Amino acid sequence: MTIFIEIMISGFIVIGGLFALVGSFGMIKLPDTMRRLHAPTKATTLGIGGVLIGSMTYFYFVDGKLSLHELMISLFLFLTAPVTANFISKAYMLDAVKEADLPETGSDYGWAGYDDPPDIDAKQPKDL
Amino acid sequence: MINRIFPHPILTAVLTVTWLFLASSASLNSILFGLFLGVLIPIGTAPFWPDRPSLRNPLMIGEYILVVMWDIVIANIAVARIILFKANKDIHPAWVSIPLELTSPEAITVLAGTITLTPGTVTAMISADGRSLLVHCLHTDNPDAVVAEIKHRYERRLLKAFR
Repeated sequence: MTIFIEIMISGFIVIGGLFALVGSFGMIKLPDTMRRLHAPTKATTLGIGGVLIGSMTYFYFVDGKLSLHELMISLFLFLTAPVTANFISKAYMLDAVKEADLPETGSDYGWAGYDDPPDIDAKQPKDL
Repeated sequence: MINRIFPHPILTAVLTVTWLFLASSASLNSILFGLFLGVLIPIGTAPFWPDRPSLRNPLMIGEYILVVMWDIVIANIAVARIILFKANKDIHPAWVSIPLELTSPEAITVLAGTITLTPGTVTAMISADGRSLLVHCLHTDNPDAVVAEIKHRYERRLLKAFR
């Protein structure tokens, strides 16, 4: 393994670690739940991403084979992270955010946590 | 008949490829077991997928993924700067309502997930009739620009990709 590749791999790992660190720091520093929620989206994307790219490069150059597990890890993270964030924000909003503080939906129905959906048994217009 | 064995052919293909990636091999053994899972799981979960998401333009999905990955890097740096260098009182969070042109539930799910994955915005709720998304921005002084950017960069491409 040449020095150039070593530097490249360490670069990816350090960048990933830095972004994960900033994400964790944001969790402490930001003042309320909705703003704190933005911090982990950083850690799961560029933080993990940097470490995984570093890991793929390492195994490609050291073991000489393409390791695909890293792609799977990022796929599963990308599938699960938004769902978790959505659940946390919903739980927080129903507890602490009043509907009056939210912007209008722009239609006859309110936001899903505060209003019932249109009657699904009723016949829907064609364009919905 | 063929529909009963393969209720979601794309899902079958994705699951098989996922299994091959997890097994890190393309031996006959893994391919057969991957196909076995790829057939079995869609049948077992069919009640949760009443409609088939239909792709109109698969190439657009590729372009979409590249755009999102690029935006994730850019937005990560922007949010890192907000967290590190802005005092809490200078961070102006905002709720934004995004009217949707997308109608397929799968496309709306992809859009909502993308908004959460790009740092700085989190999808919080959907309206009860599914016609708009509620998004929380970490810091913005111009909420209309956020709406315009999401609609232009993401929704426009998803409209082309999904039927």
